[in-house]
Amino acid sequence: MGEKRSRSFYVLAAFFIAYVLFLYGPMFAIYILSFQGPDGGLTFPMNGVSLTWFGKVFSGSGIVDIGAAFKRSLKLGLLVMVLTVVLSVAAGMAFRRSFSGATVLFYTAIASLIMPSIITSLGIALEFRLLDDFMIKHGGAWAEGWTTAMGLFTSGLGAHLTWTLPFGLLIMFAIFNRFDGRLEEAARDLGATPWQTFRHVVLPIILPSVVGIGLFGFTLSWDELARSSQAIGSVNTLPLELQGLTTTVTKPDIYALGTLTSGVSFLVIFSALIVILVLQARQRRHGSDAGKGMV
Amino acid sequence: MKQERRSIAWLQAGPMMLVFALFFLLPLALVTIVSAWDYNEYEMIPAFSLRGYTDTFEGCIAGLPDLCTILKTYLKTVKLCLLTWGLTLLIGFTVAYFLAFHVRSKTWQIVLSLLCTIPFWTSNVIRMIAWIPLLGRNGLVNRGLEGAGLITQPVEWLLFSEFSVVLALVHLFTFFMVVPIFNSMIRIDKRLIEAAYDAGATGWQTLVNVIIPLAKPGIVIGSIFVVTIVMGDFVTIGVMGGQQIASAGKIIESRLSALQFPAAAANAVILLGVTILIISSLTRIVDIRKEL
Repeated sequence: MGEKRSRSFYVLAAFFIAYVLFLYGPMFAIYILSFQGPDGGLTFPMNGVSLTWFGKVFSGSGIVDIGAAFKRSLKLGLLVMVLTVVLSVAAGMAFRRSFSGATVLFYTAIASLIMPSIITSLGIALEFRLLDDFMIKHGGAWAEGWTTAMGLFTSGLGAHLTWTLPFGLLIMFAIFNRFDGRLEEAARDLGATPWQTFRHVVLPIILPSVVGIGLFGFTLSWDELARSSQAIGSVNTLPLELQGLTTTVTKPDIYALGTLTSGVSFLVIFSALIVILVLQARQRRHGSDAGKGMV
Repeated sequence: MKQERRSIAWLQAGPMMLVFALFFLLPLALVTIVSAWDYNEYEMIPAFSLRGYTDTFEGCIAGLPDLCTILKTYLKTVKLCLLTWGLTLLIGFTVAYFLAFHVRSKTWQIVLSLLCTIPFWTSNVIRMIAWIPLLGRNGLVNRGLEGAGLITQPVEWLLFSEFSVVLALVHLFTFFMVVPIFNSMIRIDKRLIEAAYDAGATGWQTLVNVIIPLAKPGIVIGSIFVVTIVMGDFVTIGVMGGQQIASAGKIIESRLSALQFPAAAANAVILLGVTILIISSLTRIVDIRKEL
């Protein structure tokens, strides 16, 4: 290694650059177009530069109540993030020992990950529909005035978790495949309780990856569409509103909304990446001095 | 002690198990059961009936040799699926190969992988809408072609067509190929490649006889992702096809919006059957759990 770059390197590098342009180019096109002037349309050229369309989004004129959808998605995303982190770390720890049901849980998670979203969504919708029917018919006085149990934080939350939890679990698997179990043994030998071992030995080591799980949890929920589509009840999340707008809106306000939504995504992504970098740097500083000789 | 440790493991894994039981396994069971229920215009009737299935295949035998709607739809879905699979595999493999074998510093490898991953964390809908200013009738591509004198009137098939559907699918989901293939590739012992080189293999021979066989697990996992996503897709096909192109996923969606739950469920069971068939033939080649 270290010899001169071959010709295939340059060909492949050009291919890679083309791929990155393909990935980002269209996105940047709409970020630019969202600053379209008041008389501008959905395509280039830019007809002046203005914040008109952002103003339209914030004032809510023209399109449905985006502010409310924005807040709903944010709340749901944060809840999904917290649950994904807690449930994945807990389950990941369980997989370090063998327990009956481990194989079932693993394959269930994989199945949930690759199940066509429309089927999961339909199933959850059906489940809640049957529950509602049952409550209305047989609930008696207790269920008086029952309309539906479907909603953002019931069926919607469940639908999102079927998508985020498998990612969380897979990340935990990846972490523990590279984890040195002797560290835990050492902690135990020194008399640490299981909780102390987790809190002071395991957690600090896996923390950067746990932040990564949180990143997946929030962003996947924030942008989730297919699984929520049938299972969200009467109020929509932001991506669902956006999808609805694609067929009706003919003005750049949809781009402005897209830019804002992506803004949140990028804010979360970069904050998470910075936190991960800081944590890793800290780990290196406070890490082992093994092999560095006597000081 | 052993007993206690086991119960702790259960407590730790229990919450996740519960979520999957409530929001994945039970719904799936209900879909299967309700697919064999009767229904009328406004409600499902809990009585055994195969109407959901027979309605779906209506006219399939009587209409021969012409294909009925459902078969045509599935053929179209499979066609879109194969096109997307081929393209994502080709692009994904090349990108992963570049990252794994040509980028030498670890830092650059991480930075460039992140560059490929970041769009995955942003909204799919926005990444679809993003094609409109480029491919529309007055979009950049048409303007460019007109400006170059290659066409006299705008090309119509660029947007809201099968072309734009496949383009968007490739754009959205090549990520699912890059990650597992890259993951398989960085585990390949570099000495194997040197050995092949020393034994006189050309670059192409090394690729075909050493790298591709060793990257096969990643290729299979990526393929499972892409195939299942595209087979069940209705959002991308809906938005990028201008709601004009039928697909297996869209049938379920439209049955649902007509509140015909048993018919929607029957279609879901059929889709599931087709998907399982594809996956089981793919997983026969690798053991997923070993690959993490």
